[in-house]
Amino acid sequence: MTAVEIPKEKWSGAVRAVTLGSVNAGGTRATTVTVGGETTLPFLRFEGEMANRPAIAVEVVDTYPEDWSPELLAAWGDDARDPAAWAAKAVELDADLIALKLRSCHPEQGDRSADDAVATVKAVLSAVRVPLIVYGPGVADKDNEVLVAVAEATKGERLALANCQDKNYRTIVAAALGNGHLVVAQSPIDVNLAKQLNILISDMGLPLERVLMDPTTGALGYGIEYTYSVMERLRLAALMGDGMTQQPMICTVGEESWRQKEARVPDGVPAEWGDFATRGVVWETTTAITLLQSGADIVVLRHPKSIDLVKQGIADLMKGAVS
Amino acid sequence: MALTGLEIYKQLPKTNCKECGFPTCLAFAMKLAQKGTELSKCPHVTDETRAALDAAAAPPIRLVGVGVGERRFEVGNETVLFRHEKKFYHQPGLVVRLRDDDPQLAALAKQVDGYAVERVGITLRLDGIALENHSGDAASFAKAVETVRSASTLPLLLLSEDPAATEAALTIAGQDKPLLHAATHENWQAMAELAKKYGCPLAVRDAGGLGDLAELTQRLGGAGVEDLVLDAGTRGLSDSLAAFTQLRRLALKKNFRPLGFPIIAFAGAEAVEQEAVLAAEAIAKYAGIVVLDHSEPCLLYPLITLRQNIYTDPQKPIQVEPRLYEVGSPTADSPLLITTNFSLTFFSVSGEVEGSGKPCWLLVADADGQSVLTSWAAGKFDAEKIAKTVKESGVETKLNHKKLVIPGHVASLSGETEEELPGWKILVGPREATDIPNYIKTFWSTV
Repeated sequence: MTAVEIPKEKWSGAVRAVTLGSVNAGGTRATTVTVGGETTLPFLRFEGEMANRPAIAVEVVDTYPEDWSPELLAAWGDDARDPAAWAAKAVELDADLIALKLRSCHPEQGDRSADDAVATVKAVLSAVRVPLIVYGPGVADKDNEVLVAVAEATKGERLALANCQDKNYRTIVAAALGNGHLVVAQSPIDVNLAKQLNILISDMGLPLERVLMDPTTGALGYGIEYTYSVMERLRLAALMGDGMTQQPMICTVGEESWRQKEARVPDGVPAEWGDFATRGVVWETTTAITLLQSGADIVVLRHPKSIDLVKQGIADLMKGAVS
Repeated sequence: MALTGLEIYKQLPKTNCKECGFPTCLAFAMKLAQKGTELSKCPHVTDETRAALDAAAAPPIRLVGVGVGERRFEVGNETVLFRHEKKFYHQPGLVVRLRDDDPQLAALAKQVDGYAVERVGITLRLDGIALENHSGDAASFAKAVETVRSASTLPLLLLSEDPAATEAALTIAGQDKPLLHAATHENWQAMAELAKKYGCPLAVRDAGGLGDLAELTQRLGGAGVEDLVLDAGTRGLSDSLAAFTQLRRLALKKNFRPLGFPIIAFAGAEAVEQEAVLAAEAIAKYAGIVVLDHSEPCLLYPLITLRQNIYTDPQKPIQVEPRLYEVGSPTADSPLLITTNFSLTFFSVSGEVEGSGKPCWLLVADADGQSVLTSWAAGKFDAEKIAKTVKESGVETKLNHKKLVIPGHVASLSGETEEELPGWKILVGPREATDIPNYIKTFWSTV
């Protein structure tokens, strides 16, 4: 046998460990979920630690998402009509986290009030015992209104408030700071913008142990390569010791994958695209597995089958021999 | 790994004889390092030095070709671990494994051969058929090769560790330069002979670790077989990721010649969805050839798309020419839409407009090949750019109206654009291309 010395990198930095959910001090969760803590590139356990396995969050919407792919609506059935039931079902299917989207608060999609949003979050918190990520409707002003109310009404739960962007970070960070929550810092596919936002958040006094970073997800066929490379660069910077890039990364894989024509449109597409039902799930899982390879710590998924497939994939990836 | 000028200089005669045309050996060495001249210009260099310098100049991962003719594919010759450092050069060959005793063999081979799907204006196809000697019988294997050859011109991989069966297959397809899979510690001498006799690339399989694999490649190198492909014998995500990463690092960072070859990955799984997971990792993480067991389009299309994405040059997004496009046969009353010249954006929009059945004018702005949102964020798709594009296109003379639909993602630009384009009405279209048909059908008729 030829002697082969396996090249190992000696990284000086590590990804921060971030814990979602709380079992005490106002928290009512049965378990917490900790992500991050890596001291090497994804799953290279022969050279470093994968302290925590990447987690799977399942997206639950506060109103029936009529415009979703028919494949998704069929898979969730009537559970998709009630966020609490939907979340419970997702946990039954092995979701580690629930990503609750308060879409009906959007000014053009129901414009429901902050009180309604609080009621929905509380209903989901009672229905499941796993930690929550709560997404506002995605309009800065309304996000502020809704997420502040939710943060105050759930003090101590260690929710992740999303999204915290350059235009509204002050309000969201203050709400997290005052009520014991986390934030999801989202920036548009750029290493420096991601870093800059982490600095702004950190300057407000929120410990970076309470910040997740969303580099903006591009789905397979729709910009995944940009997300993939920005994530690789962020992770390399983190391992090389750049403290403002060391946040665990979250990817909205389900939303981006199922938005695309390949996963949404059953008819009138080329025959070479293949079976519609399988295609959507493969679109989502392929996006998830690829982004896990570039450093995703949380993937937010939509399809029940994808939860199982990605979970199996992560379990396999975590088996790597340590030497 | 390329040598520096100083490293080359150390190996030169250092006589400064000037016969190479350079004033000193050092100047010649520097020029050599920049690939600005050739070593043969030095009449005094020894054979030993020549061999050493040639070896150092060889790519750290050998370029290996499979097959002959139009559909021959080449893999290897990669130079980086991460695509953002430069780019990944030779996309992995996607091949489908078929069994020699499958009664559907001819039909399956035809299907794999003919699979083609268009994405961003590029036709994407599979690269080969891996024919497995599943029957264990040499004559059946040879017969199956005949069947596949008459159904397809795709490059072949011959999966058999039995030299007799491999030879039987090569008597039929030897001139096609198939990849032989595989040489092992048991059969390597016989397989090396076959590879040399037919001039075929040879895969090397050892599941016992990279040391054993390197031992075997060196024996094969010693026997005169240079075009090798590595099979580390790993199956599953974690072991493959570790082995492929180590192989790539050994080649690129250590210039470790015995393992400086492309890698073959077997991604087969029982279910299509599981196979997608395994193949996705192989495509992203360093495989040169990915062997699939399924050929359902719902698996092939996502994988072929992922391969295109990962192997796109990060410095050069695929672009289309910025100009005015006619979708269908638009008239002076047809809608005018504007978007950016990122090819994915263009093909998504033009595809949807075409699908709507309503002819349109599609104006494509030069946004450095970026998508609407990205170029808008970078200040390359603003009101000024939109106005400039409209004016320079001359579209005004082709229309009876002055209405321009801008993408929903840049709704905020509508006011400013109206100021830049006096007399024009700026309409805000949908955010997503898939909503365009509905928009054109319902909204355009009302304005």
